[in-house]
Amino acid sequence: MTYITRREMLGRLGALLGTLMGSASVPALPAAARARAQAAAAESFISLTPAEAETVRAVVSRLIPTDENGPGALEARADRYIDRGLAGALKASRAVYSTGLADLSARAQALKGGSFSRLPPSDQDAVLTSVQQTVFFNLIRAHTIQGMFGDPFYGGNANFVGWTLLGYPGPRTTVSADLQRMDRKPEPSNKSAYDYGMFSKGEV
Amino acid sequence: MATTLKKTNVVIVGLGAAGGVACLPLAQAGIEVIGLDAGPRLSTRDMAPDELRLSRNAWPPGPQKTHMEAPTFRPNASATAVQGAHPMMNAVGGTSIHYWAQSWRLNPWDFKVRSETIRRYGASRVPKGSTVEDWPFDYDELESYYDKVEYAIGVSGKAGNLNGKKDERGNIFEAPRKREFPMPPLRSTGFSERMAAAAKSLGWHPAPGPAAIASKSFDGRAGCAYHGFCSGAGCHVNAKSSTAVTTIPKAEKTGKFTVVAEARVTKIEVDRNGRASGVTYVREGEEYFQPADVVLVAGYVYENVRLLLISTSTAYPRGLSNNHGQVGRHYFSHNQGAAVSARFPFDLNNWYGLPAQGVGVDNWADDNFDHSGLDFIGGGNMWVYTERRPIASVNGVAQWFGNRPLWGSAWKAFVKENADRTNGAYLQKTTLPYEDNYLDLDPGVKDPFGVPVVRITGEFKDNEKKIALFMHDKMEQWYRTAGAIDFRRAEVANAMGPTTHAYGGTRMGQNPETNVVNAWGFSHEVPNLGILGGSVMGTSGARNPTLTLQAIAWRTAEHLARNWKTVAQ
Repeated sequence: MTYITRREMLGRLGALLGTLMGSASVPALPAAARARAQAAAAESFISLTPAEAETVRAVVSRLIPTDENGPGALEARADRYIDRGLAGALKASRAVYSTGLADLSARAQALKGGSFSRLPPSDQDAVLTSVQQTVFFNLIRAHTIQGMFGDPFYGGNANFVGWTLLGYPGPRTTVSADLQRMDRKPEPSNKSAYDYGMFSKGEV
Repeated sequence: MATTLKKTNVVIVGLGAAGGVACLPLAQAGIEVIGLDAGPRLSTRDMAPDELRLSRNAWPPGPQKTHMEAPTFRPNASATAVQGAHPMMNAVGGTSIHYWAQSWRLNPWDFKVRSETIRRYGASRVPKGSTVEDWPFDYDELESYYDKVEYAIGVSGKAGNLNGKKDERGNIFEAPRKREFPMPPLRSTGFSERMAAAAKSLGWHPAPGPAAIASKSFDGRAGCAYHGFCSGAGCHVNAKSSTAVTTIPKAEKTGKFTVVAEARVTKIEVDRNGRASGVTYVREGEEYFQPADVVLVAGYVYENVRLLLISTSTAYPRGLSNNHGQVGRHYFSHNQGAAVSARFPFDLNNWYGLPAQGVGVDNWADDNFDHSGLDFIGGGNMWVYTERRPIASVNGVAQWFGNRPLWGSAWKAFVKENADRTNGAYLQKTTLPYEDNYLDLDPGVKDPFGVPVVRITGEFKDNEKKIALFMHDKMEQWYRTAGAIDFRRAEVANAMGPTTHAYGGTRMGQNPETNVVNAWGFSHEVPNLGILGGSVMGTSGARNPTLTLQAIAWRTAEHLARNWKTVAQ
């Protein structure tokens, strides 16, 4: 599988941002986040169908929203983490996604009369609340958390937005006594475990 | 048809914490040893600080026999057993690669629970239904073996009782040791110092714990990097004193010890006299028979019991060494759950560090306090430590958020505020064997090769539950004194399910009617079969079992080397 490094990804994102700034169709998001979201949408998904991808993007953006506390799961590219994972390490979950996403679309139509991704956030939340106890919901929630707070090697936690939210200073290969003081806030390492070049890589 | 290999002196089944140390005294005595392990050899390149890889069942790499034969579990004989996960790993070095490496010695009381309880409180205070016996030897007998293992693998710590002289810088409740640890303890942290100060203000005796982790460079290995991926993960600088990087390579250097990795042992064979003749194993789809003068079974508790029970023959129709029906009896899972956690109104900076880096209190462990007015015996070790990973912190915060939905902006704000403000204590408590807790073969559930898995029948009894409630109060008091504002007490469970601290099943003792192995670790029924590991332990104490089972394994190996002709004939 082709793996896009974070640097490449950021570069691509930057190029796309320039061309997409200004277009408007997702009113809930601030302009920068909207542009980034659209840039990401322009890249092809490898596992999810276009319709599924649209729903997944809408779901993850409600699970961990972009708000006054900073970027959410969409900026973290949790949707990309899920898409890539479903073709690899998470492939056992693919069937649950197919039925779960279809079920979500059907509920959106039945309850709110529209496709899930086009509903206003409050209606999306109502639909999600109606599936909160399902296997699918718990799975996509767990994967969204993984895609937000896991190592960027797997395609999520882009620009370390998840770790920044928590104040987690990132993996290091050695930690001084000073970094374990209570009066210290360690500087972010801004590194994936695999940026150290010391480790064999697992399945994405 | 199995290929018969060249005979060796000793074959060891399993190269984890126990088999991985036993190979050294044997090889150093000039005895030829072959060690088989179901897992692969790992290197520091396999030890990425990557939470996703460690938590998605993508690690450890290579064949994981334990995962294919996870025990089933039921609380009692009338319940239906269900299969869960197996907490241990297969590799050369076994679970000593991904354990916490806390390396306590047992307390002298743990060796004499029955007689000491009767002496101090009367016979009525031995819990009803318990099959607990005194060990066949006392702490003093094991002291020199503890010492040998501590120096052979490298254990860091601070003595709190050096030949009877107490030292408050160490744990004053520990059993007397003849010499200081080979290395100073792992360093303290801001948080552990805060907790230590709180314990002192309560009049308790906080101390760092012993760890099989190099606190400075030791024997050619680097000191601990404190980077935060120690629990359930291997060390990237080989500071953790796993047998894979200590005693196993040392034994190989003698030229007398050969490791065969990814070899899955399927049966211990016997000759017409009922003596062990070697083991059959499968490697890369091929079957081999490895003949040996002496067989040492050194798997985890579940694997040791299972291998004996499936190794049936004319001489041992109910399983090897089981003509007295004792294989699988006196089983127990350590009462190490029922944790207490706390939330503080400030950040703790606990992102780095490791479980063995912390502070412990033993005031309420073992028989360190008067139980006259209490309705239980034993107690617990309280341990607080630092090691926080991002996904685990997000999931851990959930229990503090009430019944609100665990998603959306309100949850996100709570996660942001509390990600570094919680801490969970580790409470290890005295656990005893009981008549109706045992292991046997599951009548229905099999591994992928069609062989039954082990079935656990077990539940904690009143004594264990009362200790848990007692420790809850003490732990909450400690956290409150340190400034915590919110507390959670995990349920005191009945379930004695699969655990990293399992004991018994091939208990050690003089009486063949109630024990599988003798005081030296050799079978009462099969004189050239030795058994190593937690399965020989008859009590748990209030601390991690590994160092004790390593000391016993060393003692068994040394006994074999000294009495080679008698045992091997």
